[in-house]
Amino acid sequence: MRRHLLSVDDLSADDIETLFATAAEMHDVQRREVKKLPALRGRTVINLFFEDSTRTRSSFEIAGKWLSADTINITGKGSSASKGESLRDTVLTIAAMGVDALVMRHSASGAAHQVSQWVDAAVINAGDGTHEHPSQALLDAYTLQRRLGSLEGRHVVIVGDLTHSRVFRSNVKCLATLGARVTVVAPPTLMPSGVASWSAAQGFATSWDLDEVLPTADAVMMLRVQRERMSGGYFPSAREYTVGYGLTRDRLAVLGPDVPICHPGPMNRGLEIAADAADAAQSAILDQVSAGVAVRMSILYHLLAGEGAVS
Amino acid sequence: MCAQPSPDAVSSGETGTVVLDARDINRALTRISHEILERNKGAADLVLLGIPTRGVHLARRIAARISATEGVDVPVGALDVTMYRDDLRKHPARTPQPTELPPGGVDGRTVVLVDDVLYSGRTVRAALDAMNDIGRPDVVRLAVLVDRGHRQLPIRADHVGKNLPSARTERVMVRLDDLDGIEEVRIASGGDLS
Repeated sequence: MRRHLLSVDDLSADDIETLFATAAEMHDVQRREVKKLPALRGRTVINLFFEDSTRTRSSFEIAGKWLSADTINITGKGSSASKGESLRDTVLTIAAMGVDALVMRHSASGAAHQVSQWVDAAVINAGDGTHEHPSQALLDAYTLQRRLGSLEGRHVVIVGDLTHSRVFRSNVKCLATLGARVTVVAPPTLMPSGVASWSAAQGFATSWDLDEVLPTADAVMMLRVQRERMSGGYFPSAREYTVGYGLTRDRLAVLGPDVPICHPGPMNRGLEIAADAADAAQSAILDQVSAGVAVRMSILYHLLAGEGAVS
Repeated sequence: MCAQPSPDAVSSGETGTVVLDARDINRALTRISHEILERNKGAADLVLLGIPTRGVHLARRIAARISATEGVDVPVGALDVTMYRDDLRKHPARTPQPTELPPGGVDGRTVVLVDDVLYSGRTVRAALDAMNDIGRPDVVRLAVLVDRGHRQLPIRADHVGKNLPSARTERVMVRLDDLDGIEEVRIASGGDLS
């Protein structure tokens, strides 16, 4: 495995299987009374979040703590970044304190990659603009693999705001590496431009018609409509989006009862996903959250515990 | 130690000397099983925890012998120590093996840790730390198939299949039928595998 986790491209199929095997053991630790392992004792992990986050940040924090690392959270709003400090100065300042890993989220695509060239610490990309969110893709694939047994040849349908989604970009790569057949569905305005050549290279299909794709789905992944990244005009109204692309009660009935429903969160209930679907027995949404801690423990362990890990 | 099966160990299979063959291993495990029962005055409250990989297989075999003798089933589990090792940073990060606790847990029980080779004692130290996080047994004992000496910590085994004086430069390899397709303990000269 490489020193940083910046993109799913950094991971081979073997790396992913190794991460999942460790995550499965970490999952068991989550059920223990004492949820603490000494593997990263004395290591320091800083969560540097320039964008809002609940689950990613807290699950990286819990993951670090359960591995006995010292974890500290820094958010853009409460830091010197809000006083005008440059990203470079902020990360160099933090690195100078002697940290082992920087878990970073930033609104600029490529920010984590840039930072990895400035510091010695391991850099984990926790979301950079509309580029990648590798730990999310790993936990999604891990959740689906536990539900479906294997992803080989299974049909995973990803629906929603693809243009703005880093989760989708990381997910198509990760799922393809594990052998899944992926179809992505979005209204034409939210389908990334130039997706045709890109989908051919990575082997996923695209569609504008959710109802056509849904009956053959082995798993459905709904993406959030990212209103904060939209300046308007992508679709006429929320109601119209729901009718065309929401996982409504009617569409839920089309899915088999064992087809897992995923959503990376936070959900806009009633917009991209109906409450009936989010709370259905087949919903994997809370499984994703608990898998998130296990997968992030695995990532931190493999990047920081062994020989050659930064100190 | 021999906990990690390495392709290296397999390819060097024809070198060195066999110190225990299948029948020797069988006899040693039978004796260990009886010793455990004598020491514990029966199978009451007994839990066997093997240290992956080969310790788990040995623990299952000992449990089978105990239940054949006493007519009761002894709970068997696995205790992985990867995350508790003190040499984590000397190797690339290893993937942890499953820790499986029997349904009754270990609280208040007599736990017998089972491993294939006792060498520096560091694996056992890690196992005791791991045990701390999963419960509080009444008593913890240690059974090993081979004790090859060269302890680096104040740790000893309660039940030993064979004491095997060895040089630090030698390698001791335990092979079990169900894992390796051959049943033997072999000692060979070679790199120090501490």
